[in-house]
This record gives sequence, structure tokens and C-alpha cells, in this order.
Amino acid sequence: MQSIITVKALTKQFNNLTAVNDLSFSVQDGDVYGFLGQNGAGKSTTIRMLLTLITPTSGSIEIFGYPLSTHRRDILQQVGAVIEKPDVYKYLSAYENLKLFAKLSGMKPTHQVLMDQLEMVGLANRAKDTVKTFSQGMKQRLGIAIALVHDPQLIMLDEPTNGLDPQGIADIRNLILRLSRERKKTVIVSSHLLHEIEQIASRMLIIDKGKKLVEGSATELFDTSQTILQLMTADNNTAIEKINQTAWAKHLQPIREGNIIISLNRDDIPLFNRMLVEKDIPVFSLQPRHSLEDFFLQVTAGKQYVDIFTS
Amino acid sequence: MWTYLQVELYKIFRRPRTYLSFVAITALIGVIQLGLLVDGKEYTEFVMADFANTFSVDGKILNGYFICYIILQLLLVHVPLLIALIAADMISGEANMGTLRILLTKPQSRTAIVTAKFLAAAIYTLLLLIWIAVLGLFVSMAIFGTDDLFIMKSSYVVIVKESDIFWRYAGAFCFAALAMLTVSSLGFFLSFFAENSIGPIVATMSVIIVFTILSTMNIPIFNIIKPYLFTSHMITWKEFFDFKVNDANEAMVGSIQYPEKIIKSALVLIIHIIGFAGASILLFRKKDILS
Repeated sequence: MQSIITVKALTKQFNNLTAVNDLSFSVQDGDVYGFLGQNGAGKSTTIRMLLTLITPTSGSIEIFGYPLSTHRRDILQQVGAVIEKPDVYKYLSAYENLKLFAKLSGMKPTHQVLMDQLEMVGLANRAKDTVKTFSQGMKQRLGIAIALVHDPQLIMLDEPTNGLDPQGIADIRNLILRLSRERKKTVIVSSHLLHEIEQIASRMLIIDKGKKLVEGSATELFDTSQTILQLMTADNNTAIEKINQTAWAKHLQPIREGNIIISLNRDDIPLFNRMLVEKDIPVFSLQPRHSLEDFFLQVTAGKQYVDIFTS
Repeated sequence: MWTYLQVELYKIFRRPRTYLSFVAITALIGVIQLGLLVDGKEYTEFVMADFANTFSVDGKILNGYFICYIILQLLLVHVPLLIALIAADMISGEANMGTLRILLTKPQSRTAIVTAKFLAAAIYTLLLLIWIAVLGLFVSMAIFGTDDLFIMKSSYVVIVKESDIFWRYAGAFCFAALAMLTVSSLGFFLSFFAENSIGPIVATMSVIIVFTILSTMNIPIFNIIKPYLFTSHMITWKEFFDFKVNDANEAMVGSIQYPEKIIKSALVLIIHIIGFAGASILLFRKKDILS
């Protein structure tokens, strides 16, 4: 598969702060590439460098096989982006904003093209309203329409679900999947919502303090057949004692956030459940944790990250 | 580049703030004209008090040209604030709104973007001056009529023949345009250093106020730097209303007493405009967009 983005030894320093440190990764054609890291990990700085908003201190970026530093204009012609909260001109209508940015992308958009784009993000009925009357979620959707209006090959979305309600989040998730599967677009998505990334990303990169921790597909990164269960009982100490007397003891993990954690093969869950009943352990809840969440916990080696990401 | 300029002008003229300046100018000029229409006679008697025993004035002192001269003297002090409202907002306002980052992900060179923004601010400045000319000169001419222009200088009086006035106003407005473009480019330059518009607007006005004070104070240490301050040259438009006299001490129609002063001041202002615009382009090309 063709590499759409190749980043080598990318570094950005702001005075004494190294925001991105010797970062290398590649994004393949057609990937939905998840970009993960806690706040301040360097995700936005990296995306801004990919969009030429920030000049790297060192390292190289190639997009579509061309150096970004020398082919900026040609590359950006094929890129659409939403960077953090997509602020637009509040005194203009959604339609005017879209038209204006379409022109700046080199298009001469027809009324129908613009309305179709607004329809796609569910804003056609608010086309003539000024953006100052929009909710954050509506602005986010307009930002996505602006990013897609010139039909770019590569789409970069930095926290695209910020400020959206659950339906809005699901809509964006479906839109990203549609863009990737039906229209063969390459999408980079950074998000603090691990569960969202897990559902859409074909490959992902986890960075921390500007450095790459891991990169790869979900199956390459963690064993998806294993499920982490989170068990809450009336008395965890007694429950652990009882589990330790059984063959399930080897599956026990350290307690997290007051819950007993068990790592099991998915097919063994009913058997484990039966054992809990037989041992007369009063169970309040038994629920699977998201595997990416746990993987993230492993690679970042600290539960504080999960607290941030799942809050 | 042309598309960017169109977009920038569209944005400027779709903002309510833009029209505040035109409304303010209209109100200020309207008040001056109304005041002079109602109480003009008393005003001219007050102004002429020192000359009343020496001169016998024939004709109409309070005419459209005279009113326009008063308006220009008063307004060109305050117009920089109205210009700064837009020019100093061109970059900082976009940074504050968060639109700068979207703008710069579009496939245009940063030089083209910043040049389009600079030109848009310049066009706004020129339109504001044209509006002042329309109201201050043409509306005043319509209301008060025309006659010779009577100007009181610090130690002498200048009377410009009616037939010799109009080109002087054209020159004065062109020069005023240069002066206001200098203000515009200063505001534009300062807008790179902040992520809200208030700072650059206040900074632009502060620079103008401080430089104007330095330009007018007659203290030897300041006299060294005066020729280099753009504020010292902003009032040179008045030179268009001073003419040469012949050996018989008669006014030479179509002449300017010190044309070299106008040329020198114009050059200083042009250098400032190029300097501020050039520095803005250089800074913008290197600027990391963190907003």
C-alpha cells in the first residue's frame, strides 16, 4: 500500500519545551489513522506541523511523496482539516462561510454543491443563519463541511467529536468510516476518546510527551481475543480470597479504581460467571473494559492516563 | 491572490464594526457642518477678531472649502483610531476568532495571504478617506457654496483663489491617504504580536500619541529624532495650501511654496509603509500558528 504521509525524526521545540521529540511514523493510503495521547502529548503540534501551521525544528515530512516544505501549496490542495474547535466567521452564515472557504481552496462552488455539503453534516436547514447562533456541535459540523468541501484526498481531524452530543459523535464516526470505505479517503483522527478511536481506526499511534510509544493496527498492538473484565462486588477482599481458591486465580490482575480486574478469553466469560454464582460471591456488576483503554494503560504505564481519557 | 483579496474585502464589509467608522465620520462631519450652518457667522467673527481692524473681507469666508479645511484639521487627528479598529484587527482578530489556522491550511502562500490582508486594510483606509472627501468637501460645497479660501497661519494669512483650490484639495487628500496608510500599516504590523484586537489597537494609538507629542515638543533632544518620526510628516498636507509669491508679493496661481517638503514627507511615509508591510510579510512567513 502506498504511503501517504511519511514523518521522519520530527522535532519541535518551543524555547526549553520539546513538544514533539524525534517522532517518526507513516500513514498508508486508505488508513483511518488514530492519533492518541493525553493532553499536551504533542498531538496537535504534530498535526499543525503536518498542515504547515508550525515549522518543525528538525525532521522531515513527506505527504503524497513530496516534501511538505517545498510543495506546500500542491499538498494542501488535497488536504482538508479541522483543528481543535473549528472556529469560523461568526458574523457570516453557514452558507457564506462554506462558500468563502471553498473559494480559498481554489473551488468555484455551485449553490448545489454547497447545499449538498451542508446537507451531509445536517445543516442545510440552517444554511442562512449566522454562525453566532450555532451551538458548539453545529460549529463542529460546519468545520467538517469546510474541511471536506473541496473533496480532499487526505483529511486531518483534530478532536472532531469535541462538543458533540452522543448522536453527533455517532454521526461523525459514521462519516469517517464512510469517507474511508466508500470514498477511499485517508483520514487522520486525533481524539481523547479511546473508545471512538478503537471503533474506527485501522492503524494508530500513541504518543506521550512528544515521543512515539507504539504504532500499528489494533491486531498488531494488542490481543483482541483477550477481554479485560471489571468486577464489582459487595466485598472485594472476600471475593478475591474465594477466586484465589479456584483455577481462575491466575487471571486476576491488580485492583484498579476499587474494581477487581480479570483478564480472560472471551469464551471463558460464562464459565467465570457461573463460578461467581457457585461461590456465592455477591456481584454488583461484571463488565468488559475496552481493550484499547487497557492497552493504553499498559504502554503509558500509569493509570492517570486512563483517568484523563475516560473522564 | 485576487481571490484572497476579494474574500478579505467581503469579510471586512460584512462586519458591522466596519460601518461604525463610516457612521462616526458622518456624525462628526454632520455635527461640524450643522454647527457652522447655525452659528457660522459668530465663529468667523471670533476667528477674524484679530484681523477685523486690518482687513476688509469681501465675499464669503464661510464657504465649502473653508469648512473642508476645518474638517480635515480636526478629523485627521481622530481618523487613525477608526483605521486602527480594522487594520490592527486583521491578523490578531483572526487569531482571536480561531479562523487564522483554518485560513492558513488553504492552498495559498502565506505571502499572498498577508499581502491580500494588507491590501484589504489599505482599501478600507482609502474608502474612509474618500468618504471624508465626499462629506467634507463636496457636501460642504453643496451646503455652503464656494469662494476663495481664507486660511489663518500662525503669523500670516493665506487667501487661495477659488479657481486655484480644487487641485490643492486633491493633493491634500492624496497626501492624507499616504499618512493614513502609514497608520494602517503600523496597525497591521502590530496585529502580529497579539491574539486579540484590543492590544494592537491600543498600541497603534499609543505609538501615534507618543510620536505626535514628540513631534510637537520643541526640545533639542527630541529635535534629533523628529525628522524620522512619521507623525512629524502626517500634517504636511497643509503645505498644499501655501503658495509662492512673485516679486510684487502677489500669489502665484498653481504654485506650492515648499514642494520639497511635500516630497520629503511623502518619501518618509512611503518608507514607513513599505517597512511595516515588509516586516509584516517576513514575520508572517515564519510565524508559528498556535492560536
